[in-house]
Amino acid sequence: MGANRVAVIGVGQTKYTAVRGDVSMPGLIREAAFRALEDAHLTMADIDAVVIGKAPDFFEGMMMPETYLAEALGAVGKPLFRVHTAGSVGGSTAIVAASHVESGVHDRVLTIGWQQQSVSEAMWALSFPIPFQQQLVAGAGGYFAPFIREYMRRSNAPDDIGILVALKDRLNALKNPFAHLHEPDITFDSIKESFMLWEPIRYSETCPSSDGAFAMVLGSESAAEASAAASGVRPAWIHGTAMRSEPASASGRDQITPQAGKDCAADVYAQAGITNPREQIDMVEMYVPFSWYEPMWLENLGFTPEGEGWKMTESGATQMTGDLPVNCSGGVLSTNPIGASGMIRFGEAAMQVRGQAGDHQVDGVNTALGHAYGGAAQFFAMWVVGSEKP
Amino acid sequence: MSDDRSISEFPEGLWTQPAVTTPDLTAEPVQRIRDLASMRYDYTPGLTQTRFLRGLEQKKIIGERAEGSTDVYVSHRGIDPVTGIPTVEQVEVGPHATITAFCVVHIGFGVNAPPTPFVSALFLADGAAVSLYGTVGEIPHDQVRIGMRVEPVWVDDSELTTSMENIKYWRPIDEPDVPAEQLKGHM
Amino acid sequence: MSPSREVAVVSVAQTPQRRAATELSEVEMIQPAIYQALDQIGATIADIGFTVSGSSDYLAGQAFSFVMTLDAVGAWPPIKESHVEMDGAWALYEAWLKIQAGHADTALIYSYSKASPGDLPRVLSRQLDPYYYGPLWPDSIAMAGLQARAMIDAGLITEADMAEIAQRNRDAALSNPFAQIQGSASVDELLSQPMMSDPLRRHDCPPITDGGVAMVIAAGDTARKWSDRPAWIRGIDHRVDSHNFGARDLTRAPSIAIAAEKAGVSAGKVDVAELHAPFTHQELIVRTELGLADDVLVNPSGGSLAANPMMAAGLLRIAEVANRISAGTADRGVAHATSGHLLQQNLVCVLEGE
Repeated sequence: MGANRVAVIGVGQTKYTAVRGDVSMPGLIREAAFRALEDAHLTMADIDAVVIGKAPDFFEGMMMPETYLAEALGAVGKPLFRVHTAGSVGGSTAIVAASHVESGVHDRVLTIGWQQQSVSEAMWALSFPIPFQQQLVAGAGGYFAPFIREYMRRSNAPDDIGILVALKDRLNALKNPFAHLHEPDITFDSIKESFMLWEPIRYSETCPSSDGAFAMVLGSESAAEASAAASGVRPAWIHGTAMRSEPASASGRDQITPQAGKDCAADVYAQAGITNPREQIDMVEMYVPFSWYEPMWLENLGFTPEGEGWKMTESGATQMTGDLPVNCSGGVLSTNPIGASGMIRFGEAAMQVRGQAGDHQVDGVNTALGHAYGGAAQFFAMWVVGSEKP
Repeated sequence: MSDDRSISEFPEGLWTQPAVTTPDLTAEPVQRIRDLASMRYDYTPGLTQTRFLRGLEQKKIIGERAEGSTDVYVSHRGIDPVTGIPTVEQVEVGPHATITAFCVVHIGFGVNAPPTPFVSALFLADGAAVSLYGTVGEIPHDQVRIGMRVEPVWVDDSELTTSMENIKYWRPIDEPDVPAEQLKGHM
Repeated sequence: MSPSREVAVVSVAQTPQRRAATELSEVEMIQPAIYQALDQIGATIADIGFTVSGSSDYLAGQAFSFVMTLDAVGAWPPIKESHVEMDGAWALYEAWLKIQAGHADTALIYSYSKASPGDLPRVLSRQLDPYYYGPLWPDSIAMAGLQARAMIDAGLITEADMAEIAQRNRDAALSNPFAQIQGSASVDELLSQPMMSDPLRRHDCPPITDGGVAMVIAAGDTARKWSDRPAWIRGIDHRVDSHNFGARDLTRAPSIAIAAEKAGVSAGKVDVAELHAPFTHQELIVRTELGLADDVLVNPSGGSLAANPMMAAGLLRIAEVANRISAGTADRGVAHATSGHLLQQNLVCVLEGE
């Protein structure tokens, strides 16, 4: 008894931008879905189930939009499933899709993470005030900035680490034609001089608000073999999936390096047979919406001891040329349709294993980690994908 | 559409709603339709939050504790998040508190945001297990420290309501800082 | 390739289903059911391999509303947990898949509705095509009225039939201590009432309900340890139809028939069926698509006409069938859950005692 094997056999995404005014909601998701199907050499008729995920429906002013999207997704007459786990949703949706196949119930599953947040206002949809509850007058970024400050205090990190991360991710994004922000003139100084929002987070160290969708086709072992034969692209086998949650506010919680993140990483590493993440993982796509979360997550994920994450960033280890490239796609800092961002991480990890990342491909990636988090740094979803059958 | 109300003022592109343009319907394809969506909700706070807010009306910070636990929660939803059982015993906490985390905000959000720059912080009231949100006042923002001891500054008695807004801000008091290491797990 | 593990419902708990749990927060409302579902089998959250819930932000009028509710589970140390923006019946499906995949042996599922703060029929209009239907703000009752009219015009049902369905369900609820509406007026009295949204009268419509339900499922021997008579999930499947209600036959729900076939409804005798048919005319559509014989006991709990906690009413049907199997009053039962307007999306679950 154990999970049936499952692999990523097709990947597709939309061009991300602040406003995709050229497509309706169905148009947006179909752009990604059809690209994924094409990549897998399949059609809608070959799909057994559709698993869709996105963040709060207030972003589009529409409740449970997937029922409306049933036809656009080719889901009529099929199982259609909707996941919502806050910011980690793109990742957890991919995991739910994987369990559709691992269970032995479904053979080929189309999964999509999406958000068309230009329809309403992102800041409002994230945190509109609810009576009787504490108001966060600082807005969403103001929620995370205090914890970043505490990280800086604990680790004695120099002030500019965040700028290094933002610079790296935005320059990587130039190599990703789908990424939202393409800033060829960006420099260390231009980031440093950008408007300070919530100290220490500057404007240029903050994720954008994007419209977009990311889709994957997940297949069973036999489906993966068939797709690989048809497309000539190797499957990205799923070696492990894990999710963990902890309460938003609880005695003993550490928001700087949450226990749920550590437990989730330990679980996915155990499944994937990883005992030395720094050595055995070839690249990481991690969810970094504010620059400083790169060093924080490097520690939380066990790549480096607590307090040393900033040194890894500073040394260049997380550059595409380093020994643990992080966010070659440009990451959340360059593209952030909230419902899709987690799945973009998972999917970009798969693309690296499949050799599909084009100009932002790292050579020789056999094992990659996809990471997503959400809520008050309380929901974590991760997967490890690899070129070998597990 | 004259009812357009700007929710927030942000730098270009930072999570704001893009400007609405009405295309020339005879020449261009329709790219956007503007539909006003508004719904009314009558929220209720629940039993625990009601007790907390009534306490604030008395200028008291009332936390609650579940059976078998020493953790006192404030402004929570009635269940101890670690044990999953209701908090039933009321415990007054504060009035003094310690700053557990903070940031300097240069861009506020919502109609209640103070003028910028202001310090948004988490305050661990004496006796509580988790922190409350608020702002810091009566001190230059570059002098605020983690571990600083503070007290709440309340609105005038005539303005007291059942709301966290009873606390205008928190200001420093003359007590030594609490070492940051002691504040872990209580943010 | 097929699912191989035996999974059963071993524990069920629900809150009282009532019009408005005004004095309670959502967490305070659902926690007793979660606690009871665990406590009555002597378990704690530490014994649970996977937790998943179903709820809707629009119902709560709050983004990320389910995050708050995690307090009720006691998620510390951190737990394996997920959430669906769907009725809890689909949360059950996710948990069942997880166990089939071998990632867990036990699961806690819960779902709840606190619809009272909002104007529910209006809120539900947000679930319609945002370009063509949404801007008209058709509420959920008006939408259901379209379907009832189609049924009547096709000669499939009469207003008197609908009133009988209302009476039977609500009278059955007299024996359900949790139900919101218990007991019904006579058919003649019902028919003398004014229309709400022609051809629907008030009795044809579900109540607006605050409430929730929690259950524990487990695989194999763990299920036998926790329950003397587990309700085994012999089949579970869900399907969706087109949203374009102008282009489909509203008197039919093909997704129910497909799900019923995949779940194996007709593979044995059905003693009891709990149907998530919030509107009276829908009960006929559902039972027809499920292929139920005339002698099946339908909705002994009173069904969704007696209590309809949105996002939980479907899971509640599964819970009610499981209860009867565990109590020994039924051997094999069918539970149905629906989502979206006009029976667009449906889940069918077949449960059996050993």
